[in-house]
Amino acid sequence: MEKGTFRVKSGLAEMLKGGVIMDVVNAEQARVAEQAGAVAVMALERVPADIRAAGGVARMADPRIIKEIMKTVTIPVMAKCRIGHFTEAQVLQALAVDYIDESEVLTPADPHNHIDKWAFKLPFVCGARNLPEACRRLAEGAAMIRTKGEAGTGDVIEAVRHMRLIKQQVRQVVQTPEEELVRLAKEWGAPLGVLQLIQAEGKLPVVNFAAGGIATPADAALMMQLGCDGVFVGSGIFKSDNPAKRAQAIVLATTYYQDPDKVAEASENLGEAMKGKAVGELEEHERMQTR
Amino acid sequence: MTIGVLGLQGDFREHLHILEQLGIAGRDVRNPQALEEVEGLIIPGGESTALARLLDNSGLFEPIRQRGHRGFPLFGTCAGMILLAKRASPALGRSLGLIDIDVARNAYGRQIESFEAELEVNSIGRVQAVFIRAPQVIRLGPEVQVLADYQGQPVVARQSNVLVASFHPELSGETRLHEYFAQMIVERAHS
Repeated sequence: MEKGTFRVKSGLAEMLKGGVIMDVVNAEQARVAEQAGAVAVMALERVPADIRAAGGVARMADPRIIKEIMKTVTIPVMAKCRIGHFTEAQVLQALAVDYIDESEVLTPADPHNHIDKWAFKLPFVCGARNLPEACRRLAEGAAMIRTKGEAGTGDVIEAVRHMRLIKQQVRQVVQTPEEELVRLAKEWGAPLGVLQLIQAEGKLPVVNFAAGGIATPADAALMMQLGCDGVFVGSGIFKSDNPAKRAQAIVLATTYYQDPDKVAEASENLGEAMKGKAVGELEEHERMQTR
Repeated sequence: MTIGVLGLQGDFREHLHILEQLGIAGRDVRNPQALEEVEGLIIPGGESTALARLLDNSGLFEPIRQRGHRGFPLFGTCAGMILLAKRASPALGRSLGLIDIDVARNAYGRQIESFEAELEVNSIGRVQAVFIRAPQVIRLGPEVQVLADYQGQPVVARQSNVLVASFHPELSGETRLHEYFAQMIVERAHS
């Protein structure tokens, strides 16, 4: 018997496919998310929109909040640590959360290195804006990828940009002659081994969710039609007028993304979506995706 | 023969991929009409809480239950096994109740306890089994036949037209359980 194998790590992400992972900040929100049909929750101290508003340094959540959420729901519980902050990740593993998100939404702790994720029994999900970035995270041991988008904005444009780019770059790798892969690896700053794996499989070797700016059922269906495996919704649910209803609607639209009638039905009468902030209005230093 | 895979959520594409490897036609089933067009149904791994809810909303719960009672072949892996059982604990809304077992969800513990192991399945042989936040059978009805156990726990079981596994053959590229299920469909057609 072997625990913590890569198959076991990436396998949990496979089980989440076609589903919605929701950011929650307390047990009550976690219950709402579970009842709405979320496949997992992300336990946080603040949702990204509030992290933006608060400024300062954003860190791993208080273990008390994470434990309360773990006690409340039976679906998997994920939690975020800062980029490169491997002791926060060790704490999350000690708490036995189900997945660790090494996240740009929190303030990075290491200017050069991400966490060596092979050293952990728990699986990691990491953000990426493009395929080379995703490849570097996979080389470090990530078992799941999500597009970064621009968290806490409610503006889907960056999630779309990143998902389209990753898809396009996967096609490029698949079509590149084998003898030109080394050059591509050099040009992209992407590990050759991962590029070879993508070429052999004809796709990213792990599950890829969309994240960062999804606020409506139609946003979720859009990302699914662009070819992601599922969606993360951060501020979009609990920063809206009617979280329970919106959460259910986004789940429905994610399941039936190919059926505009169902997406229309899900979109009706949800109240105000999160107000949000257009990505174009952000100052350069306010962008989380470049972390 | 066409085998359906419940395509509401979870790793249904992996099941379709295994069917493809076996040269068996497969299709995803997301609504009651699609169910009419298949000779058997696989309920994949996924998040059982979310799947149970989606099963209810999709209008598939009753048609699957009624067909199951009339001998329609069903194969559930992990979450699929939970949905096919009589009872699950912690409870999950409605259960299909098509195999006379009760199951405990996430019985091995959280993700940190998820594991792989090699085990022997009756009339199939050694298989590499991937257990992810897997359930355990806590009550076994008299009509249920155990095809494999691991550390004293039943992990593959069958009751006439219903086959269940608490692990994910579809994740290790294991094709023989799907082959066994296809055989169940052939036998039903000839009976």
